[in-house]
Amino acid sequence: MNSAPGRPHGTAPQGWRPLPGGTDLPVLMPAAERLVRRVERERLIGNPVLRLEPWHGGLLLLVFLCAAGYVQAQAGADRPSIVDVIWRWTPLLAKGFAFNIAISALAMAIGTTFGIFLGLAQLSRAKPVASTAWFATHFFRNAPWLVLLFYCMFLLPFKVTLFGVTIPLPDWVKATFGLSLPVMANMSEIVRGAVQSIPSGQWESARSFAFTRRQTTWMIILPQCTKRMLPPWMNLYSILTVGTVLVSVVGVSEVMTLAGDALASENRADLLMPFYFYILAWFFLYCYPIARWTVYLERKYAVDF
Amino acid sequence: MDAFFEWFRWLYDATGINLTIFYDAFDRKRFIGGFFTTVRLAVSCILLSVVIGIAGAWLQGSKLRLTRHVVYWYIQFFRNTPPLVQLYFFYFGVGAYLKTTGGVPLVSNVTWAILGLSMYAGAFNVEIFRSGIEAVPKATVEAAESFGFSRLQAYRQIVLPLAFRVCLPALNNNLVNLVKTTSISFAIAVPEMLYVSSQIWSDSVNVEEMMNVLLFCYVGLVGLFVYAMHRWERAMRVPGYGG
Amino acid sequence: MSDRPIVSVKDIRKSFGAVEVLKGVSFDVAKGEVVCIIGPSGSGKSTILRCINGLIPIDGGSIRVADFQVEKLTADRDVIALRKEVSIVFQQYNLYPHKTALANIMMAPIHVLKEDPKEAEARAVALLAKVRLQDKAGSYPGELSGGQQQRVAIARALAMRPEIILFDEVTAALDPETVKEVLVTIRELADEGLTCILVTHEMGFAREVADHMYFTDGGVIVEHGPPAEFFARPKHERTRAFLSQIL
Repeated sequence: MNSAPGRPHGTAPQGWRPLPGGTDLPVLMPAAERLVRRVERERLIGNPVLRLEPWHGGLLLLVFLCAAGYVQAQAGADRPSIVDVIWRWTPLLAKGFAFNIAISALAMAIGTTFGIFLGLAQLSRAKPVASTAWFATHFFRNAPWLVLLFYCMFLLPFKVTLFGVTIPLPDWVKATFGLSLPVMANMSEIVRGAVQSIPSGQWESARSFAFTRRQTTWMIILPQCTKRMLPPWMNLYSILTVGTVLVSVVGVSEVMTLAGDALASENRADLLMPFYFYILAWFFLYCYPIARWTVYLERKYAVDF
Repeated sequence: MDAFFEWFRWLYDATGINLTIFYDAFDRKRFIGGFFTTVRLAVSCILLSVVIGIAGAWLQGSKLRLTRHVVYWYIQFFRNTPPLVQLYFFYFGVGAYLKTTGGVPLVSNVTWAILGLSMYAGAFNVEIFRSGIEAVPKATVEAAESFGFSRLQAYRQIVLPLAFRVCLPALNNNLVNLVKTTSISFAIAVPEMLYVSSQIWSDSVNVEEMMNVLLFCYVGLVGLFVYAMHRWERAMRVPGYGG
Repeated sequence: MSDRPIVSVKDIRKSFGAVEVLKGVSFDVAKGEVVCIIGPSGSGKSTILRCINGLIPIDGGSIRVADFQVEKLTADRDVIALRKEVSIVFQQYNLYPHKTALANIMMAPIHVLKEDPKEAEARAVALLAKVRLQDKAGSYPGELSGGQQQRVAIARALAMRPEIILFDEVTAALDPETVKEVLVTIRELADEGLTCILVTHEMGFAREVADHMYFTDGGVIVEHGPPAEFFARPKHERTRAFLSQIL
């Protein structure tokens, strides 16, 4: 069995790890340690982590059925049943939901790519580069998502001309870009945290073998970071997916606006609860597997971040 | 002071940068009103959510199963649903039933915003405060009592300060997030900074200028808050614990 | 063969912030010599090693390693050449956890020395055999014991074909049983004529293997001498005090 380097026999119980930057002494109870670890993770993602349980889905379904049943009872026999109404609107809502997912995937892709470079820039040894990257990261972390969305909707041009080709930028593209900005900032923090959590011995031994800084970063440090970055990255994606409903406020048609349209066309305001719970159940069905997989990965890689 | 404002009128004439919030008294009043509404919203939500957090943490230790369950479900609901949807529920859903006979809503949209956002943040606070209280070992209270502290004194002098210091980073995260989330109340027409700015730019047709001002105001406000909380957290840190 | 010492350290000084760690250390190491540095923690032993291969820049004095003036090196090419001459093995092994043992050994020759990958692999296999770990070529560091990891680290250092190897308390993090297997490996290297500078607490090993002993305390070399004299008749009070604690 591999003994943990640097720790003499018998000082720490099996599986116990000290907190980042903390002591070995159990001064405070496990609840405090769990809290501190959670804080470190949340600080990277910038938002509280979604913790979904299977019974959440069951509960959503239950409430949906109750609300539907209540409305059904109120409505009387001459109107079509709730299940019929919801079933009739489901294809449209499904298209809307798929659109939400598409926006989240695209925003995540853009944000992740730029975020990695921004994160590495924060660690650059050139002071101006590091300072600019730090400022950009914290600027976009401190701005509310809705304000950034508005900013992009209004200030990005509605068409862009590159090399003589005019590309129209529809609303949803601008909104996606707006969502990718906080993702980029949080990804930058995740990358910076991951790189800084690699023991300094790795950098030292690479230097003693005369690897250049770029070789060290890309061949030795970053590959070790990928496993550590995966759980917070996936948490960020869950939060982003739930956050795509914000684009409805800036006028992009997604599942929430479509639900509102459906309600308006049905002219039955009492259908609001069943509809919203129905959509929440979909979000749950999408986010829950991601959340479980994240927990699994966190346990598997069990690294001190 | 007027000369300062008039300079912006000159700026508009000279460069086309139209910052009506400076030289136009009406827009200026609106924007400042919106700014202070945002600040008031943030402060009210912070205070109310902390109260909810303390109450919830205390109730979670209750002997009655029903109380414990109610708190638990409250947390689960408000934690795992988007705050925007929560606001819609309160304002359009519940608010639709809370009307006087004349059709006038009993609860204003600002009140719903404060209630909704406080309950959202309060759900996280309950967990944070609970962890803080559970963080201090009973042995510490026993040790204090063996030195002659009464139970109340032990709580006041040792347990609560320690629990508070453990909670502070998590609370910090949560409150910063809350301040940013107050911008969502735009969706229910609360006249906070974003909403007021949208009114100004549709009146004065100066979208670019207003968007930039808005962005910088928000980032500045949140940044200031982050800085203050960071300083406080550093001052309150338990050395050697939690990096 | 030249009589000039292969490592010549003259009056080096180093401060970290307000703390002066090295206050004027001088010594010479002849080619093929095995040198052990002992002393209490904080006396600057590890710092000396890191100054010799240029990981830590010095504040004063001079260091000559083979034909390199270490404190004056700036160009990448020269630093690479220096690191080819001097390899260092760390207390914490610092193997790359995401690469197999074989890959760990091959990485620097391929990417830094730009050797042919096939040749580098063949040499890596030979080196693993030399440290008696030939069947662990495909294992990852996480699957190896501490002693095995340290031997892979030694093989990795040897891959650069150095003239001098520095060992920084390499057995301090190991269980007593695994210490022996690492010491045997180091002894073999010493017998082959490699110049070794060891910082160690293993007095028994030092007495067997060293050609010359140095005792540092408070950032200076307090005493030095051949091991027989050094252990039997230490001249200075501090040396006596330190040895009586350890032995």
